[in-house]
Formats: sequence, C-alpha cells, structure tokens
Amino acid sequence: MTAHITGIGVVSPLGLSREEHWKALLDGCSGLGPTRSFDSTRYDNPISGEVPHFSQEELPSRLLPATDRMTQMSLVAAAGAFDDSGIDRDQIDPLDIGVMTASTAGGYAFGQKELQNLWSKGPKYVSTHQSYAWFYAVNTGQISIRHGCQGHSGVIVADDAGGLDAIATAARRLARGNRVMLTGSVDSTMCPWGRVAHTSTGHLSKSADPRTAYLPFDERAGGWVNGEGGAHLVLRSESDGRYASVLGHGATVDDPRADPGAGLVQAIRLALDAARLRARDIGVVFADAAGTRQADGAEAAALAEVFGRNSVPVTAPKAATGRMGCGTASLDVATAVLALRDQMIPPTVNVEADASLGINLCTAAAPHRITHALVLARGIGGFNSALIVGA
Amino acid sequence: MSRRVFITGVGVVAPGGVGRDAFWDLLTQGRTATRRLSLCDPEPFRSQVAAEVDFRAEAAGLTEQQSVELDRAAQFALVAAREAVEDAGWRDTCPPGRAGVVVGSAVGATTKLEEVYRQLSADGSLWDVIPDSPAQLYSYFVPSSFAAGIAREFGVTGQSGVVSTGCTSGIDAVGNAWELIQDGILDSVVCGATDAPISPITVACFDAIKATSTYNDTPETASRPFDATRGGFVLGEGSAMFVLESEESVLRRGARVYGEIKGYASRCNAYHMTGLKADGRELAQAVTAALTQARMDPGELDYVNAHGSGTKQNDRHETAALKASLGTAARHVPISSIKSMVGHSLGAIGSLEIAACALALRYDVIPPTANLTRPDPELDLDYVPVHARKQQTDGILTTGSGFGGFQSAMVLADPEKRS
Amino acid sequence: MTARVTMDDLKRALQEGSGVDEGVDLDRDLPTKAFADLGYDSLAVLETGLRLGRENNIEIDDSVFNELDTPQQLLDAINQALESQAAAS
Repeated sequence: MTAHITGIGVVSPLGLSREEHWKALLDGCSGLGPTRSFDSTRYDNPISGEVPHFSQEELPSRLLPATDRMTQMSLVAAAGAFDDSGIDRDQIDPLDIGVMTASTAGGYAFGQKELQNLWSKGPKYVSTHQSYAWFYAVNTGQISIRHGCQGHSGVIVADDAGGLDAIATAARRLARGNRVMLTGSVDSTMCPWGRVAHTSTGHLSKSADPRTAYLPFDERAGGWVNGEGGAHLVLRSESDGRYASVLGHGATVDDPRADPGAGLVQAIRLALDAARLRARDIGVVFADAAGTRQADGAEAAALAEVFGRNSVPVTAPKAATGRMGCGTASLDVATAVLALRDQMIPPTVNVEADASLGINLCTAAAPHRITHALVLARGIGGFNSALIVGA
Repeated sequence: MSRRVFITGVGVVAPGGVGRDAFWDLLTQGRTATRRLSLCDPEPFRSQVAAEVDFRAEAAGLTEQQSVELDRAAQFALVAAREAVEDAGWRDTCPPGRAGVVVGSAVGATTKLEEVYRQLSADGSLWDVIPDSPAQLYSYFVPSSFAAGIAREFGVTGQSGVVSTGCTSGIDAVGNAWELIQDGILDSVVCGATDAPISPITVACFDAIKATSTYNDTPETASRPFDATRGGFVLGEGSAMFVLESEESVLRRGARVYGEIKGYASRCNAYHMTGLKADGRELAQAVTAALTQARMDPGELDYVNAHGSGTKQNDRHETAALKASLGTAARHVPISSIKSMVGHSLGAIGSLEIAACALALRYDVIPPTANLTRPDPELDLDYVPVHARKQQTDGILTTGSGFGGFQSAMVLADPEKRS
Repeated sequence: MTARVTMDDLKRALQEGSGVDEGVDLDRDLPTKAFADLGYDSLAVLETGLRLGRENNIEIDDSVFNELDTPQQLLDAINQALESQAAAS
C-alpha cells in the first residue's frame, strides 16, 4: 500500500478544525455533556458528544434544505482536508480524483423529519430531497459534486469498522489508478429516532454525569456515549507534503463459535502482515474501546495476545468525544497521524484503567517515540478492522 | 498481482418468481412482473405500480424467527445467497478466513425502519419517539447487518461489508468483491445486492420528484425503457447473490463456471444528486475503463445489458454514453433493459442484471426489452424489442447509473471462448 | 374571486425549500429571469411547485413541469390551476 495522507479535515465535539481538536484533546478536555439538540433524558442516556457551534454558514444556502447535518459536517471536513492537502487542482484530471466514504445510517435526522411529514401530514409533504438526503451514499455524492471529483468512488457500510475499511479501500484505489482519494467519514444521528436505535443495543451508557458516562477499560464501564463528527483525509499516491502513510489493513468478521477477541487478533495480524511489520514496531494502539465490560475484556485480551500484557501503549481519545458511528475510527486515524507528527500520545480522559485487563492505557498526554500507530475499530454484527499508519 | 475471478454460483429472488430458473423464464419469455402496488396502500400515491416479489419467507426456507425479525431485504439476500452457494457447491470448501461477504444495498432496511418508526412515533405524531425500541432495531439502522447475517450463515470470517452507492450498488458490490479477490485479500466472496424499498416513504420520495411511472391503469406495461411513451421507472425489489472465486479456487474445486468478470470501473458525474448530463461522458468513461481492463474491443461485445430505467433522461444519457464508448460497435450490438420486466429495485437491480448476464453467457439467449413497441425516434440503437434472441453470447457489458452521480460498468465473458 | 398566488409567495417557497445562491437578488430577478439563471435546478422547481401546491390545496399537472423555464411560468400555471379548481367547485 502506498497511500500518503496529505490532508486532514476534522469536525469533532472538541473542535471544528484539525488543530483545535488536537489541542483540546492533548489538554484533556472532554466534549461530552447533556444533549442539547433534542430531549434525550427520556431515553435513559442524557449525555452526548455533540459538535458545538457548528455553523452552516460555511455552506451555500442552496445546499441547506437538501442536506442532513451529517452531510453538512462532512462537506466542511472534506473542504478542510482538500485545503490542507494543498493539491493543485489544475494539475490533476478530475477523473483521477475519487471519494470513498463510510456511512452508518445515512442522513438519519433528515429521514426522521420526512417520515414525520409523511405520516403526520401525507405524501405531498415529503421533500424532493428525501430520495437522496437520507441514503447512505449521500456524502460521497455531495463531496464529489462540490469538489468536482469524477474518479472511481464509493461508500462502505460496516458499522463502526467501516470508518477504517473505507480508508483501506481508498488506499487500494490509488494502486488501481486514482491519483487522489478523499476518504474517511463524518457521521451524526443526533435525533430521537437515531437515539432509540443506539439504545436498542443495550450498550449505551445511562450515566447522567459527563465525567463518568463513557469509561472504556475502567471497572466502572457502563456503555458508550453517542457522539457526532469525524474526519476526512486526502490520500495521494505521490508523497509530497505528507503527514504519514497508510501501510496496512486487515478486516475480519467474528466466528460466533470462537473466542470473542479472536477475530480482532486476526485483523491485527493481517494488518501487520500487509504492512510487513512486527508487533514490536507498533508504538501506540488507538483502541476500539466499546466501553462495555465484555467488549473491553475481549479487546484487552486480543491486545495481550498480539503484543503481550501491559506492553504497547494504548489510548482511546473517543472517551472525550463519544462514538460517532463510522466517523469514530476515521477521526482516530486523523488523531493517530497527529500523534505521529508531534510524537505525543493523546489521553483517554476520565478513565482509571482496570489493572486486571493488563493494558497499558495512557490516561494523560505523554511524549513518546512512535513510528507506527495501529487503529482498531469493531462494529456490531462482528466486524473487526485494523489499520496501520506510519511515518 | 491481478488474479482471474469467476462466477460459480447464482441465486435470485425477483419479481415474477423466487429462484434463478423462474427469473430466467420470465426474462426469456419477455413477461412483465409489474403490477398494481400491493405491499402498501396505493391510493395516497401518484405512482401506483410496482414490481413486487411474491415472497413467502417460510416457503423460501427461512425460520419463523427470521421471517419476523429480518427486514425483507435481508430475507431476500439470505435466500438468494443460499441458492448461489448451493449452485456452486461451495459451502465449507474454502478456508473461512479467505472468504468474505459483500452485499450491495441502496436503502438498507427501509421497510422495517418505517414499520418501527410508525409504532414508536404513533404514526408521526411524536418527534420524541417512544423509548421502547425492539432489540433488532440496530440491525435495521445499519445495513451492514445484511452482510453479517450471511457471513454467519456460511461461517465466513474474512473481510465483509455492505457497499451502498445508490442504484449502482449492485454492480459496485460485485466489483468490490472482484477487486478483493484480484488483490489477493480473499479467495472467494459471496456477493450481490438486495433491496426491498416498496414502502410508503420510498414511494413518496420518488413521487415528489416525479421519477416513477404513472401508468396506473396499465401496470403490466408501465415500465417502458427506450420507448417513445416511457413515463418513468417502476419501483421494484429483489436480490441476486453470487459466489465469486479465484481461478485457483475454481480449479481446485473443479467448479462449473458461468462466466469470468473481466473488467469493472466506476466514475462520478460530479454534476447533480439526481440528474444526468445528456452527453453521458462519465458513463462512457466507465465503460471504456472496464473494457480496457478486460482487454476487449467494443466489437467483441455480443450484448449490452443496459441500465434502461425508463426515464427520458436516462435513455438519452445512456444511448449517448454507449455511442461514445463503443463507437461503430454501438450500432450493431444488441442492447436491452430487463427493468422493463422486473422494474427498478434500486441497489439490487445491478446484481439482478449481472445474474441475467451470467445466465445469458450460459444459455446464449439475450433477454428482450419488453413493452418496446413505439421506439423513440431519437434513439437509434438495437434495443431488442419484445422478444428474446437466441444468439451466441460470449462477451457482455452491463451498465448502471445512480443518484449521487455514480456511473458503473462491468464486462463479463465466457472463459471457454475468450480467455 | 379566487385568491391568487403572488411572486412573493413563490419567493418564500423558493427560499424555504431550496435556499438562494450567493449573489442572486430574488426581489429584482424573479419576475424576469429563468430558474436556471437564478441557480435553480429541476429539483428546486419541483420542490417549489410541491410547496405552493399543498399550501393552496391544488393539483398541478405533471406536464406543467416538462416545459417550464421561468418563475413567472410556474406562477401562471399555479394560478391557472387555482382558477380551474374554483370554476369546477
């Protein structure tokens, strides 16, 4: 894989740009708080990781009635990534530029609004934009239109693991002839109809205290917090002005008869093989960090199996942002790239690691020599994905 | 690096009949499966025609629990995948970690989502929906559950997921699987696409943009691609699934092959979320790229399975794209749209069309464009009206266009005649 | 006397359903320019027709949208539909 990350655009509960997010993360800030965009108290999980102060003004007025909040945030992050990459559009044929995003549930709040229009008022009240504003392919389509990308593009759905699978798929597109890929994902399902889908898993945190609502790898872990945001990355086959490279990827689905961490172990080993690296080359692991005792235990056991107990530094910056569907893992890749750039491991805020898990969890920002970072993501249904970025 | 990839199993759930044989009979007899909308009350809608599957989950081999809990699209995919796997004799023949599942779907579990939405919102009267969600709701919320369910069914543990690129999902999912095998990541993939969008919210959203047919009094002839009287597409549903295998896997197993996937490419028009440019430039580029990968000239194509959705915009766009990409060969090659018979099942249709291509390779028959009795004088290619043609069919192109601007093309060939 | 839909109603429907492109002055240009010149595509025209149709409880025939270039033409079609509906009732 020769995919160089040359641009990063971030929209997160911690900030509306790459550096704002990174600084707040290193400062140990948390973006979790009481849900503002709807009344979530009735769903037994009042805390969310919402993007504050997101301004629609960066987008043309013509787009606003036609787009979900998720798409609006995705367009802002995509513009940020393209700007950051500094690519000279006059030098690149639009047919060589593709868009490969991940999606979780499409433009879900838009969908709820139109379902309500349909059922409370009738078919004539359904928007002409519903046919595409809700569907999973919307962000790729809108980004391709706004930035004139006509190359081979696509959309991957694999629950939260999709946020890595899309980046790996984009990297493979470069080997197949695209010169530039805009990838990653930005996601939001912040509406009552989205929230009940998350609560149906039984794994959403019921805590009303933002400091204890999402505590992965902690004895007190009681589920995750729903967030919104994510990151887009520009990948290029040429290495000018790059941050880091995508070196390897592995993905599996769990065999229900095997150990709960076996599929994750296999995904990590596939990624290491693809990157031609050994376990000891990995300087930091960005964990999936589901925040339930069972899933955290399985992930810790998988890490112990590959790296040994209490060895490789592990972090979960998502403790400060919540889980934003497929956006989470894409944001983790962006954050891992900044960790490589600054040789700093960002903290897992609020957490006291359960010593019995045997993981070396970084709970405070700390300088580290890192040449390669491993990012993990797991999705409901048994999806495991592992991606390695390196200098 | 690039490995050869073959289709060794085909499974179909389509309007007009469950199963590969029923599907092929319908297509080759030129019968239509479009009818008055019955899966929901047609009265409130502008378009009241649909291509529906007469599907009884338990008769199709699903358990009572599956028939209650799985979305209709997931049921279709599972039934089609079983038929494909059985057809290929593939079960338990591949190391689980070297096999994956890729499912295309444009709108996922819309039917179940709308059903649950109605319950939890008291038919749209509550914004703050009732916090009493069924345990399966998340599997409707994120359609990757479709791929996870099929992986579990066959004990597959390699890279899997859903590809969702609107109405080209059915080509792109198979293309994605093809690339995973070519790149050496997997040796075989159960892949294809499914959609079951005939639900009020989908019917209403296509009503709003006047994209669907209003031949409500003559539903059997409502889908009229390339005909002067065309009036929009007919919403359909269904699934086609395949077993795709590397050459090594095919040889090791001695599997019987339908055809080889020789080329696949996709482009974006970067123009409009629903509109198409009249010149068809990006679709033409996808076709050219797919033919280049296949190392085939346009003259080697014996059949073009068209997107042919039945909108004026598509007919012009696609005809221009075929002329631009195939040159003089466009004038001679037979072109047809099976959407005239089975409607437009959004993300699923691309895979149903690949199934039609695989069967055309095997049986050397070209399915017709039904209802094409008054050709549009502005469209001057051979659209195979009304009757199927018995004809040697060794090289096939299939095309798709979709919302979001996606333009995809795939080239298939009979490996015995073109290797 | 039938209530008529005005250019102001149409402007509001456009703004709410489709937004306004930067640099476009609807007050000045709506009566004279074509939808395309104002940055509106066929979806925006359909959305505007849908909104005005349901606000005024009228059916606008599909064929109206096939040959429609300007806001004035849409307005005329809507008012014509209003009148024929009033005449029929």
